[in-house]
Amino acid sequence: MHENIANIENSKRAKKKEHANQSRENRNMAMMMPPRLNPTDSASGPKQHQTWSPYDNNGGTCVAIAGADYCVIAADTRMSTGFSILTRDHSKIFVISETCALASSGFQADISALQKNLDARHQTYQHQHGKQMSCPAMAQLLSNTLYYKRFFPYYAFNVLGGLDDQGKGCVYSYDAVGSYERVGYAAQGSGMQLIMPVLDNQLKSASPLVLPKRETATPLTEAEAVDLVKDTFASAAERDIYTGDGVEIVTINARGIQKQYMELKKD
Amino acid sequence: MRLDFGGLDPVSLQRISSADAGFDLPCNPIGSAPSFHLPAVADLDGFEKAAVDMVKPLHGTTTLAFVFKEGVIVAADSRASMGNYISSQNVKKILEINPYLLGTMAGGAADCQFWQRNLGTRCRLHELGNKRRISVTGASKLLANTLYSYRGMGLSMGTMIAGWDETGPGLYYVDSEGGRVKGKRFSVGSGSTYAYGVLDSGYRWDMTVEEAVELARRSIYHATFRDGASGGVASVYYVGPDGWKKISGDDVGELHYKYYPVSEAAAEQEVVMKEASSAS
Repeated sequence: MHENIANIENSKRAKKKEHANQSRENRNMAMMMPPRLNPTDSASGPKQHQTWSPYDNNGGTCVAIAGADYCVIAADTRMSTGFSILTRDHSKIFVISETCALASSGFQADISALQKNLDARHQTYQHQHGKQMSCPAMAQLLSNTLYYKRFFPYYAFNVLGGLDDQGKGCVYSYDAVGSYERVGYAAQGSGMQLIMPVLDNQLKSASPLVLPKRETATPLTEAEAVDLVKDTFASAAERDIYTGDGVEIVTINARGIQKQYMELKKD
Repeated sequence: MRLDFGGLDPVSLQRISSADAGFDLPCNPIGSAPSFHLPAVADLDGFEKAAVDMVKPLHGTTTLAFVFKEGVIVAADSRASMGNYISSQNVKKILEINPYLLGTMAGGAADCQFWQRNLGTRCRLHELGNKRRISVTGASKLLANTLYSYRGMGLSMGTMIAGWDETGPGLYYVDSEGGRVKGKRFSVGSGSTYAYGVLDSGYRWDMTVEEAVELARRSIYHATFRDGASGGVASVYYVGPDGWKKISGDDVGELHYKYYPVSEAAAEQEVVMKEASSAS
């Protein structure tokens, strides 16, 4: 743009203008991004990639409920970055096997890399063992896969749901670096803080750590659980900007896998 | 007889080259040193710090363990928090490495879960190779050597390895800074100061198992009472000559009413007395 300017005075002015443009651009970027999206914001200095981050947060919420003989896994279908919505129909649920589905929120690039990795490992397992991996085995595999990226984590918050070897519903909840536990119900992602208290209120049972052992199963029927999930998502969509558009609900039981979809608010 | 030098093997770390973009084959031989992907950045320390801020691994704990005449007691709470959010109230912080060894979990939950599971497999391999169980000293040293090789890379672990071996009860404290200390009584985590207060004032060498279990439970309860990052269920394990056994698991919400029984409020008593006097 300023290549042909011969006059030194002009080129000086041009440089100044360029500098001003750049700083305005920086300010605009800072305004567009909520503070939590840029972890290296505070870093300053002459180095080129100091403020660059390999991560983005695309938002989204995942919920799973385990019942006596079923498992419900649900996730909204909105994908955002900052304040902009990128798409309204992006599925966050990945059905790994006939008894196992993974719902993930966080950074979609990392999530799809993680899904591909898991799928490839599951493929190898099937060739080696001639059967599909059980849900508890998949849970341990996911934990290891996440931990082997301990120093360059997948920015993915996962909920794994399915049926265990006895045909009982099981849900596993993870942090980004592979810590996991089996739970009766779980929520992960941007709407977690809104949804989890509601699930606690409706479903909380005695801790599995308590001795003598008490009944820890979720008391709902499958239809009641699906209704509860729909309600929690409708409520979360009211108050979380990263949750909305639609919710995809996967139900796993002895009859197989059923998928359904419910519209949510689009604003 | 073969000496196991496995603990001396260097742990391999690899940077992702552009040729193999982050996909390693899932068929590493069992027992081979694990390899971790590293980001291709100039400032690794800064990256790790930013990544920890972003993924917020689970933190906050009270754990304790002590040796006494009859064996070892290990106890812990069960809360996990991510920043201000309580992400779980039933975390299993006492990890069962094998029937004679227990590990406790404080710091990063994933770090503890992964490396103690790894320790479990290596203890089993030692058992198969040497036809005898590994000593508590040996097991804790395996873990300490592993953690030392990752020193400065951002692992966060404060763990106690407790168990019973041929020399009797054993207890070690091992942390991610590379430290390894043998001792009679330890407490680790954000609630450890409160737990120490109760534990130190009540500890005697010649306690019965029942007394020791009650002391551990009371220490954990009082830590959960004062420390916001501790709570949930107080679990207590006893390790004796026949291995470990879980003795109790109590919701601290219910324990509260055991240590502070509800007495009738003064105003209620007054009303009852008035009613009684008017009736007579």
